[in-house]
Amino acid sequence: MPRRERRAGLPAILLACFATVVFVFLMLPLLVVFPISVSSAAYLQFPPPGFSWQWFQRYFNDPDWIDATIRSFKVAAVCTVLAMTLGVPLSFLLVRSRRRGIWILDRLAAAPIIVPTIILSISIYSIFVRLQLIGEWYGVAIAHTVLALPFVVILVGAGLRGFDESQEQAAIGLGASWPVAVWRITLPQLRPSLISAGFLAFISSFDELVVAMFLSGASMTLPKKMFDNIMMEIDPTIAAVSVTQILLVALCLGLTALFGKGALATTMSR
Amino acid sequence: MRLEVSGIVKRFGGVTALNGVDLAVEEGEFLTILGPSGSGKTTLLKSVAGFEVPDEGVVRLGDQDVTMAPARHRNVGMVFQNYALFPHLTVAENLAFPLQMRSVGKAEIARRVKEALALVELDAFAERLPRQLSGGQQQRVALARAIIFGPALLLLDEPFGALDRKLRESLQLEVRRLQRRLRLTTLFITHDQEEALIMSDRIAVMDKGRIQQLGTPSEVYDFPVSRFVADFIGESNLIEGTAQGTEVYVPGFGALTLPQAPASGPVTLLLRPEALRLGAEAQAAPCRAQATVLETVFLGLSVKLRLRPEGGPDLLARLPLRPSDPPPAPDGATVTIGFAPGDIHVVPRG
Repeated sequence: MPRRERRAGLPAILLACFATVVFVFLMLPLLVVFPISVSSAAYLQFPPPGFSWQWFQRYFNDPDWIDATIRSFKVAAVCTVLAMTLGVPLSFLLVRSRRRGIWILDRLAAAPIIVPTIILSISIYSIFVRLQLIGEWYGVAIAHTVLALPFVVILVGAGLRGFDESQEQAAIGLGASWPVAVWRITLPQLRPSLISAGFLAFISSFDELVVAMFLSGASMTLPKKMFDNIMMEIDPTIAAVSVTQILLVALCLGLTALFGKGALATTMSR
Repeated sequence: MRLEVSGIVKRFGGVTALNGVDLAVEEGEFLTILGPSGSGKTTLLKSVAGFEVPDEGVVRLGDQDVTMAPARHRNVGMVFQNYALFPHLTVAENLAFPLQMRSVGKAEIARRVKEALALVELDAFAERLPRQLSGGQQQRVALARAIIFGPALLLLDEPFGALDRKLRESLQLEVRRLQRRLRLTTLFITHDQEEALIMSDRIAVMDKGRIQQLGTPSEVYDFPVSRFVADFIGESNLIEGTAQGTEVYVPGFGALTLPQAPASGPVTLLLRPEALRLGAEAQAAPCRAQATVLETVFLGLSVKLRLRPEGGPDLLARLPLRPSDPPPAPDGATVTIGFAPGDIHVVPRG
């Protein structure tokens, strides 16, 4: 390990203070949500008067909540598969094509991030009404794919740009067809990017509310159910659900970090 | 297998990378394409490997026209400049790859991988990943991978560029021995003239998308056909003179009689630094001048002098140096320099 140069003096202290403030700011919601989820009170009260698992029990015993959770998993899984199936080949096209003006397409691939979700939702709604996809969970999955695609294209594209193309050429020279070269040589080396892309696609769908509000109808996803719950009755169940959701996402993030070798962090910081 | 390219032309937009290249590499021959960057040598290699399709011309391997054949069907082994080893596969898996692509059986693959590893003396490294090897070892893995499947032709794209000098020299000789032993038809690309002289049966000097000269290392070194070749290979003194019959007038040196008459008018003479004579040796030379030593550079085995003859252009001289020899002349001294007709080569103009 190379030795790091220690910074000393006032700037270092100021930096540490600043970092602490930002960190606390980021963590604040968690510091509120976790205690409330194990509150003994029947309403949202902070700090909670006592400890109880009741809200978790209510969550896990309510078929509506569980249905919504399972549905969200299905939607996110299908969305991930679709976004990867479409996004990975698209990244190859955008990165490798020598056609002029391909950069325009490259920028356009990020459009779903830029277009306000509500506008996107309304547009998709008008199409899905005609296709009778409203209220179907796979309709939501398809719509979420549009939102997830940019993440895949950006992450896999970045991985691909950093990949030494001569390896693919070498594989072809050694007798591989291009698909075999990509499958055996390129994709295994893009694994960190692929895992990160899949993770982001999954989370972006699992956590998504606006599109789900327009399209899910009676077959609610988890965020939609949470939103409805807040509108009708407000009790700490929502906190218990949030905590469960946070833990699940954290687990995914941990796994990604384990297998993704930091591709997510590297790409995001670029 | 014999490689023959004829009339290859390749353009990229408005740039002509290859402008009519004809070349044949005989079976078992080691032929080097030597040229500066941008001379088209890499494009030529890619056309042979199948990574570029030429706009015009034919590439033949053995008796087959492979101009349009995809790279993976050409059965050509290639060592890339950066080796292009697969970093996520072990050395053994890297070597097995081309055999797997040819549907060779598992037992046979294991046998041939072992054999190839022995050939490049990396037996103990089968299970290592490429990044766990030194540059020279990686280079040998790349070479083993390029020849393990018995290619019809071996292509080497500046494979020694990234290595330090000592390692480079030992690998150059190793590659050469291996190539001779396996009788591999080899096309070697480099911009390093010394490397080309050491390794090749024949050298093709390329510039501006054309082959300027094709010949054995000594032909190319001693009898360059153009100013470019003379200047590119080795160190050279290119002296402008004026010819009239067999007499050539050289500024500072007077007249010199050549055995064969060049075309009358201005001529370019090539005088290699090691051919220039100094001191007592120069006294006997037919062409002499008094020169001032401008600079002396000690090179270990030899010493290099920059000299300014009276009324002539600056010249380089290189003298062999034994440890007991005194320095030939101090800077600023005046020495007699000279050369004989046999020391020079008239470089054709054009």
